[in-house]
Amino acid sequence: MLQKLGLIIFIAAFGLFIGTLGMNNYTLTDEILKENFKEEALFDAKIELASMVDQSYSNSYTFTNELSEGIKQLNKVYNAQQAWDKKIYEDTILSIVKASSNGYLTDNKGIMFLLTFGLAIFGALLFILPEAKIPAGIKNNGIYYNPAMTRKWLGICIGTFLISFYIILYFKPQYIANWTMLVDPVSKLINGGEASRWFMYGFLYTISILVMGIRYIIKYRHSKYQIIRTLSIMFFQTCIAFILPEIMSNLNMPSADLKNMWPLDYSFFFNYRLDKLLASGAFGIFLLVWGIALFVVGVPVMVYFFGKRWYCSWVCGCGGLAETLGDPFRQLSDKSLKAWKLERYLIHTVLAFAIIMTIGVLYTYFTGSYNLLGFIPTESLKSSYGFLIGSIFSGVVGTGFYPLMGNRVWCRFGCPLAAYLGILQRFKSKFRITTNGGQCISCGNCSTHCEMGIDVRAYAQKGQDIVRSSCVGCGVCSAVCPRGVLNLENAETGSRIMIAPDVLLGNLMEK
Amino acid sequence: MQHVVIIGNGISGITAARHIRKQSDCKITVISGETDHFFSRTALMYVYMGHMKFEHTKPYEDWFWEKNRIELKRAWVKTVDFEEKKLYFRLPNDNKEAKIGGSISYDKLILALGSTPNKFGWKGQNLKGVQGLYSYQDLESLQEITPSIKKAVIVGGGLIGVELAEMLHSRGIEVTFLVRENSFWNTVIPPEESALISRHIKENHINIKFSSELDEIIGDENGQVKAIKTKNGDKIECQFVGLTVGVSPNISLLKVPQGNMIGREKPAFLLGVGGIKLNLGILVNEYLETNIPDVYAIGDCVEHENPQKSRKKLEQIWYTGRIMGETIAQTIAGKRTKYQPGIFFNSAKFFDIEYQTYGQVPAELPEDTKTFYWEHSTGRISVRINYTTESQAVTGMNTFGIRMRHKVWDEWILSGKSIEYVLENLSKANFDPEFFKQHEAEILKKYNTETGSSLTLKSKKGIFSKIF
Repeated sequence: MLQKLGLIIFIAAFGLFIGTLGMNNYTLTDEILKENFKEEALFDAKIELASMVDQSYSNSYTFTNELSEGIKQLNKVYNAQQAWDKKIYEDTILSIVKASSNGYLTDNKGIMFLLTFGLAIFGALLFILPEAKIPAGIKNNGIYYNPAMTRKWLGICIGTFLISFYIILYFKPQYIANWTMLVDPVSKLINGGEASRWFMYGFLYTISILVMGIRYIIKYRHSKYQIIRTLSIMFFQTCIAFILPEIMSNLNMPSADLKNMWPLDYSFFFNYRLDKLLASGAFGIFLLVWGIALFVVGVPVMVYFFGKRWYCSWVCGCGGLAETLGDPFRQLSDKSLKAWKLERYLIHTVLAFAIIMTIGVLYTYFTGSYNLLGFIPTESLKSSYGFLIGSIFSGVVGTGFYPLMGNRVWCRFGCPLAAYLGILQRFKSKFRITTNGGQCISCGNCSTHCEMGIDVRAYAQKGQDIVRSSCVGCGVCSAVCPRGVLNLENAETGSRIMIAPDVLLGNLMEK
Repeated sequence: MQHVVIIGNGISGITAARHIRKQSDCKITVISGETDHFFSRTALMYVYMGHMKFEHTKPYEDWFWEKNRIELKRAWVKTVDFEEKKLYFRLPNDNKEAKIGGSISYDKLILALGSTPNKFGWKGQNLKGVQGLYSYQDLESLQEITPSIKKAVIVGGGLIGVELAEMLHSRGIEVTFLVRENSFWNTVIPPEESALISRHIKENHINIKFSSELDEIIGDENGQVKAIKTKNGDKIECQFVGLTVGVSPNISLLKVPQGNMIGREKPAFLLGVGGIKLNLGILVNEYLETNIPDVYAIGDCVEHENPQKSRKKLEQIWYTGRIMGETIAQTIAGKRTKYQPGIFFNSAKFFDIEYQTYGQVPAELPEDTKTFYWEHSTGRISVRINYTTESQAVTGMNTFGIRMRHKVWDEWILSGKSIEYVLENLSKANFDPEFFKQHEAEILKKYNTETGSSLTLKSKKGIFSKIF
């Protein structure tokens, strides 16, 4: 009953959230143009957008469309003139839209924030919390009868929403200007300024991890490993990834997500970031050294002792979202041998791409030449990586495909850092998943609920330790095993059982 | 090339096929009428509960069989002609007609026929809505019947009974559980453990009726079950009856002589002299050989003529099926090998409580054996260790709610480690995930109090003890 009410409240709040996109009136003024255009472009803008100025629009879509169209024309001219510095980017359009808006939403951001985000969180919790009343233990009841979790209509709807969200967020953020407005009050509170699209995204991301993290903890509350791991994810996302960078930029320091690292943070060595760090004195140098030490020293040492899980399922933001928001979809990952093959090709290709791209960027940074080895254009290497991997793969596909291909699409097929961690885990780590003698009954719970698509059972039923580069150590295979067969363990590297015994423990026949 | 035919694609038959293929190049055919491919029978409950799909219960991808040259034939075997070394198949939709749908010849035959749920001749046991839970077909019928029902009765307090109760409960069906004994499964586990599980079943809102036996099942005018009557005279309304009073070897195929239907005067086989020797199951010697040359039997359908000390004649569990499969493969590949299961082990899960056992822990304590039992204050976690009075050597253990390491217990029992050694080193056997609360100190304390000893823990587990 309470749960149904929660669901209704959540859906209503979500509906209103979508509805806010159509709210407000819009009037573009000279003042706004002056604020948002560089002086050299202002004159052109005034001419190009003359027909819009001081007109009142009641439809956000028409207004944004017309504005975008006008700016597209301007950019065309600048492209032809090769006047790169005059070009106008999405974020500028976004702030023009924001500045031009007036009406209920603009005047009542606080109320609207509570009615959308506030109510959605409230509804979600009302739906989630009563689950704590049923006895603790694995309760995957009905997953395969649920249209959201089995690629049925609801799953497809959720996938479509997520995919569209990422496309708009990355490429046409001006259309979701109103969503950034909703979180302006939060942004003001934390950093004193208005919310950018990335603040809005970061907030939404953090809220998702927190709310769905609570769900996860309740679902797996019989396992202390799961509780502690999820609290870790929630902490790193909220404090280290979301709040700390805001505080840093508040203090006029270069802001950084201290747990993010190259090559996942692919722009770490981009010239503008290096310049900024190098220009920020001792703290900037510290960030630079920290960022390099993380992947040069931190990763090999930590993976040696704990496996890649220390990062992928305890710290990482992408992993954090996958483990929490993505948990209902974990069973959708493909377990076939074919998928495993594809995974290895793809993820190592991305790693190679990231390395070459970064070498190119650094080459350009230090030599000023835009052609690596005389023929590789570093700028297009950089921009194509950003577009193909940074935006399309990690965002649109990585999260958008949760309800279609499972919650670790990016981590499994695309993440270059996961590839790097994985190589170390496979060849130089104490970590393994141990199988318990002859106790496996081949039921397949472990494989079904492995988000990385590892056929865990294939190992368990022949008594071979699971040593796989992709394993993020989420521990769910161990949790869902009904016979106590699987355990995540660290021990001497040489003690990992890599070759299955002829027969399992419990058979004393003569061989 | 030698042709090995295996009837039955369960864990025994498939293990045999896989291990034969590892050691030999012979032609292998596996016959099953139940499904096209091997699946994990124990996982059918998870399919019903929606934890997984049927395809997830298949331990090997479908291409595996062709790649390993294991031929699969989907058919029910109607009869076997042991003299001609030939199998005859049932026609599809066959209703005991005297016709056959093709045949296949073998050089060596492995019978891995499995078992079938017991029915003890109750009135109404064949009504619609009355069934056991064993086969894929049982799952199908359960899926078909149960969406429209509100109340179910389960007869028989064993492992499958609890599973069926959990399954129906997951769909919001009110379950009444008739148990003949006065506490759950107390013919197999000692009273304390039996009480622990009984409490847990009740905690899950299963209405469990002890000392209750089924008298008859009552049907309505459509032949559909509408109630049951117990021997105490209680009448319980229900639309479904689950019969989970154990299983018996599935040997009906071998029981009816059907010689005339294959055009031979003499029956294809006879009970007793000249035929395959049957009792409760197919009788085999320690080499898993039946009385007929080149015919072997493994798994649930087997009855051991001379079981090893402390093992039963019928041992219908997953693990023994697998071990028999591993063993028979050696014999088929040319190395005649005795069936020698090691230290007994088994496991189960009762709703949320996991159970593991190693060695021998009978319900009633044998005379020359002592027992130590510890139970956590929550009443959901327990450990029992049995040891001999004379040498203090551990002989078996039960654990509820703590996972233990098979290998460690196997070695301890095999080498006859003393109870004191085992308790001092109990952490070595702990297989719970990291950060789980460990109870070894508390367990040891109880033993010290009870016996006046002053043992101390010799080893620790935990994430940091392993790393450095």
